[in-house]
Amino acid sequence: MTCPRTEVIGAHVPVLTLGDVLLVTVQGDLDDQTAEYLRQDITRAVAETTATGVVIDVSGVEVVDSFLGRVLADIAATVKLLAARTVVAGIRPAVAITLVELGLTLPGLCTALHVEQALRLLREPSGTHRGAHPRQGGV
Amino acid sequence: MHVPSTVAARLPIGSDMDLTWIRQHVRQAAAELGFGLVQQTKLVTAASELARNTLVHGGGGHMECTPVARGRIHGLRLVFTDSGPGIPDTELALSDGYTSGGGLGMGLGGARRLVHEFTLDSRPGEGTTVTITAWASGPPYPRRAL
Repeated sequence: MTCPRTEVIGAHVPVLTLGDVLLVTVQGDLDDQTAEYLRQDITRAVAETTATGVVIDVSGVEVVDSFLGRVLADIAATVKLLAARTVVAGIRPAVAITLVELGLTLPGLCTALHVEQALRLLREPSGTHRGAHPRQGGV
Repeated sequence: MHVPSTVAARLPIGSDMDLTWIRQHVRQAAAELGFGLVQQTKLVTAASELARNTLVHGGGGHMECTPVARGRIHGLRLVFTDSGPGIPDTELALSDGYTSGGGLGMGLGGARRLVHEFTLDSRPGEGTTVTITAWASGPPYPRRAL
């Protein structure tokens, strides 16, 4: 069977700055090396800018296994230590179903349905969203 | 239904780049066999977990991918084989939270929940074989109690 290998192995994912928010759009199949770069690049960008929030858009990601789930949770934890907040936006329904069956509910991760909702969430005063899903906060 | 014979394949698992290739292959094979999006995603995720186990704990190996059929229902069988150190306590390894590789400990037990059939055969010192089967439209017979 011949599947074209379309993605670049170990590619860096661009980190865009939107005011005090960093926007990272992840697409396609994320190999382990790219996931590692993602962690390093976001951490460095948060430390070097005045960013107070990070939005990771995963609406283009078809598979989140326990490795990638751990990377996302680790990024959120690291960014929190650097005094910023992380929102993971756009988890696909099939991915959400799979994560729960896998046993990976990632309770510490703040999520939004899409980037717009994530940005709205980050504009709220720090602390008001904590522990609550954005949809429960009337967003 | 037309079942492409190209779906059967044997893929090496020797680096994390091979994991990407395995996910792509399983995704395409499942799609060709008529798996729905959620079933595809579950199977690809299970394959990713098991291939990573083969790589990290088994020191590499390979995956065999074979289309199977029971009556009109199509399925996909994936066999992950390594000749690594083996798993001393398979029941413990299947329990959530158990990890020996620094992960979240969801690999084996989690992968088992994502597919219809799961068998783990491991001999200390000889290696590990994990066989999973998923069906395109649910199992063709009642699922056995795990």
